[in-house]
Amino acid sequence: MQIEFTLNGRLIYEETSDDETLFHLLRRKGCYSVKCGCETENCGLCTVLVNGVSRLSCSYLAARADGCDVVTLEGAQKEAEEFGSFLAAEGAEQCGFCSPGLIMNVLAMEKELDSYEEENVKEYLAGNLCRCSGYMGQLRAVKSYLSRGENRNEC
Amino acid sequence: MIRFKNYVRAESLEEAYNLNQKKSSVIGAGMMWLKVQNRIKMTLVDLSGLGLDGVEETEEEFVIGAMCTLRQLEIHKGLDGYFPGLFKECTRSIVGVQFRNGATVGGSIFGRFGFSDILTCMLALDTYVELYKGGIIPLEEFCSQKYNRDILVRIRIKKDGRRAFYASSRMTKTDFPLIACCVSATDDTYYVSVGARPAKAELAVISRREREDVEELAALAADHFRYGTNFRGSAEYRKHLAAVYVKRLFMVLDREEG
Ligand SMILES: Cc1cc2nc3c(=O)[nH]c(=O)nc-3n(C[C@H](O)[C@H](O)[C@H](O)COP(=O)(O)OP(=O)(O)OC[C@H]3O[C@@H](n4cnc5c(N)ncnc54)[C@H](O)[C@@H]3O)c2cc1C
Ligand code: FES
Ligand code: FES
Repeated sequence: MQIEFTLNGRLIYEETSDDETLFHLLRRKGCYSVKCGCETENCGLCTVLVNGVSRLSCSYLAARADGCDVVTLEGAQKEAEEFGSFLAAEGAEQCGFCSPGLIMNVLAMEKELDSYEEENVKEYLAGNLCRCSGYMGQLRAVKSYLSRGENRNEC
Repeated sequence: MIRFKNYVRAESLEEAYNLNQKKSSVIGAGMMWLKVQNRIKMTLVDLSGLGLDGVEETEEEFVIGAMCTLRQLEIHKGLDGYFPGLFKECTRSIVGVQFRNGATVGGSIFGRFGFSDILTCMLALDTYVELYKGGIIPLEEFCSQKYNRDILVRIRIKKDGRRAFYASSRMTKTDFPLIACCVSATDDTYYVSVGARPAKAELAVISRREREDVEELAALAADHFRYGTNFRGSAEYRKHLAAVYVKRLFMVLDREEG
């Protein structure tokens, strides 16, 4: 079947099989930031934004992306670089395998949450697993990223 | 992973229902459960184009479309206003936000999973299931029915004045629950729902006057259910946890009443 969607700001027409996942389609289109860590919806590595909402591309049908706006890390370079610098400053990355999924979910969180209280942030990111960092460095990085340059709610 | 040959985005409930009468078809909602199934089907019938993804609030009830996601349930202001904290508590430990942006209320209730937080929660409320052919029936009745090829269209939760609270215990924060409990109360009755025993949630209806002491009342409630053992915990442990959580929920409800 043929679908039409926006990928990182570009309109795409693409042939997809009826049961292909968005994850496989994105890899075919060269979005190698999108990774598959578990394929059982637990790790968050495959997170992308569909119409601004964070979704697990490993379980999202490509057919459903028809007419949607899809953003991967490749389409959020500026934000990714900025957040990446906070990760680096906190030593919150070792292998970096989890970072693309984490970054996409942090970007979604930044738009969605009204309050960045620690519990809210932790809960929002609970679906992004990391085998290296122990999470505390990531949490510090997220906190400083969210409160950069402004007096936001407690964080 | 589930494989199928044809993807059909249904344009009407009638079309979805007709397609679903074939054993080789399957309804696709959030696809989160289906995705981890090892099944091969001819046709996947997608319900996402039918406008079933909202929560509507009227004077008498909340009407929740089958395709409403768990995240929508979690953050819906009207639901949170009427049942403070309830839906947040029963959804917040389900995997992660990205997961809850996909998994649906319809898939959760239709599946009648033995681990379901959503079923446990809704069973303690005055909840009805609207089926395309089967009409509107109480959730408790739906739970005891065999799986069939009908389509769950909406969930209806009556505003009957019940207050309700939810608690679950998990080995790790986002694992399946080891035990899940929801208690609601009217003036003279407690509705106690216990799931993840590890079997699908069931309901016990108990008079608040049956015992003076909350601990005894909670033990009585926990006695209503059968518990099983799996690698998450033994039947004895689950029963003990159920009594403890139900007691705590009774106490929260009593405190709220002042
Ligand atoms: C890894 C993982 C962890 C989970 N953890 C938890 C947890 O901790 N707590 C919890 O409560 N739940 C948990 N769940 C279950 C999850 O929350 C959903 O209940 C489940 O994914 C089903 O919802 P869905 O929208 O994905 O349905 P789908 O996967 O699309 O469908 C599930 C089944 O229901 C049928 N179906 C779906 N909608 C309808 C309808 N409207 N009418 C008729 N049939 C329909 C489908 O044909 C299919 O057989 C977990 C699931 C997974 C995969
Ligand atoms: S690969 Fe999608 S959640 Fe792990
Ligand atoms: S830095 Fe290695 S998995 Fe997160």
